[in-house]
Amino acid sequence: MTSIGTGYDLSNSVFSPDGRNFQVEYAVKAVENGGTAIGIRCKDGVVLALEKLVTSKLLKKDANKRIATVDRNIGVVYSGLQPDGRHFVSRARDEAASWRSTYKAPIPVSSLANRMGAYVQAYTLYSSVRPFGITGIVGGWDAEKEVDVDGAVGSGPKTGSGGKVQGAKEGGPYLYMIEPSGSYWGYYGAATGKGRQAAKSELEKMKLDPKAGDCVSLEEGVKEAARIIYLAHEDNKDKDFELEMTWVSAMSGPTQGRHEEVPKELREEAERLAKKALEGEDEEEEEEEEEKMEE
Amino acid sequence: MDHFPQAWGRPRDDIYGSYNPSYLPHNKGGYQAHPNGQPNTHTQSPIVTGTSVIAIKFKSGVVIAADNLASYGSLARFTDVKRLKPFNKKAVVGFGGDVSDMQYLDRLLSSLDVQENYRSGSSGHGDEEAENRAMMSAKNLHTYLSKVMYKRRTDFNPLWNALLVAGLDEKSTPFLAFADLLGTTYSSPTLATGFGAHLAQPIMRRAVPDEEASQNLEREKAVEVVKQCMKVLFYRDARSMNVYSMAVIDENGVDLKEDIKLEAESWAFAEGIKGYGTQTV
Repeated sequence: MTSIGTGYDLSNSVFSPDGRNFQVEYAVKAVENGGTAIGIRCKDGVVLALEKLVTSKLLKKDANKRIATVDRNIGVVYSGLQPDGRHFVSRARDEAASWRSTYKAPIPVSSLANRMGAYVQAYTLYSSVRPFGITGIVGGWDAEKEVDVDGAVGSGPKTGSGGKVQGAKEGGPYLYMIEPSGSYWGYYGAATGKGRQAAKSELEKMKLDPKAGDCVSLEEGVKEAARIIYLAHEDNKDKDFELEMTWVSAMSGPTQGRHEEVPKELREEAERLAKKALEGEDEEEEEEEEEKMEE
Repeated sequence: MDHFPQAWGRPRDDIYGSYNPSYLPHNKGGYQAHPNGQPNTHTQSPIVTGTSVIAIKFKSGVVIAADNLASYGSLARFTDVKRLKPFNKKAVVGFGGDVSDMQYLDRLLSSLDVQENYRSGSSGHGDEEAENRAMMSAKNLHTYLSKVMYKRRTDFNPLWNALLVAGLDEKSTPFLAFADLLGTTYSSPTLATGFGAHLAQPIMRRAVPDEEASQNLEREKAVEVVKQCMKVLFYRDARSMNVYSMAVIDENGVDLKEDIKLEAESWAFAEGIKGYGTQTV
């Protein structure tokens, strides 16, 4: 790297002459070494999935969950430095709680992403801190129906407008990804960590635009997420991993608007299909190779 | 040389006079008089209130009920106020007393529930039984609420409520307990707050005199007794109404109905009551 030795990479809050903050770029390197994390925004919900690399055989299987819940309806998954991720989640929970105490309503996913973006960005400004060594994926479902404020005890006046717009459509699935620089974007499908390139090219093949019609359903999304994580792990085959998956659906869907772990049966089914799909690909490759040999 | 480190770096008393701490905030030792010349005060009386909450333990669960009225003094101000708040699959809280304090507690419980669910899934691995075991029980909730109530009364800033917590304890056996603005707690197979303690409790005790009787009580019978009590309460408590909420909590979860009308309401008996008001006997 040409920047090394120039001195501009030693501190946050100091630009290099060509306008870069090297500390942020190094933080991105930390993310690029982490286990792959993806999020898929489906028609009727959001799936988050994580390739959790097993660092020791002494760790209990399926324990030490890494995908966290914020408020009730939002999930957060991240790649990179785990303690940084823990702090990110803790801050997200505080933001959600503070939003509730101000507005007496759950925080919209977009607002949470905005606040977390601002928070992460603040860590690129000062020489006394280092940027977050994670890229966080925030996915959730905003209630599509108007909900009562927290603590409401009655239904309010039966006559009069009450300031409500009849038939207004709101809410739905939302997915954001927040980078170490603090920049964040809304995504149809988001991927970060070691296997992000493979994962992204798979996500791009999926039908995720809700306006284009035949947008994938949540259940298809779960199966696809498992397959993508297994695929993304291919380049890293020597290391063991566990698949962690959570989802959040509409009130009418399987999680009733809450962010929850994907049920064991469904996850295992998705994993079975993922393994099968990978084996299928291997066989195809082998066949191709054999054909070449014959030629 | 001043040998007392507390004084180092401070303006010298012999030059500037001693510091007047009355300007400090109260919790830092300030004692400046309140603007209106009175000491600080907190709630002296409830404003908008809910009346009795009643509950009975039966064989496999608990029935709890409260009417949907919030009174402003003697004015029946709000008639669609839901005073039973389900916490989770195992617990319901019934609120009597100040409605705004009930709303505060409702929000407090909602944030508690959010925090409780941060680790949902991480303990059970999708195993429903394990999750159920890890879930906060009605007993846990009652302990928590009673400590909140006691803390507030100790601060001389009470939450003006009488609460019943109904549900299942950690062994999934029926649980019912009381907590109020003083931090007082007690438990019994039948409980009632407010006027209910005078008007409904004797009726419920007739059906369920002791713990053993409640263990033999069928759900239908418990619901029937509660319905009867709600009727008596409507007849004799002037701050009550004839639409109420009732919840049954058992191992199948919470069955909450919030718009039950009093059945077979009849004031015929009132004819026979003599000796009050403007009557000339």
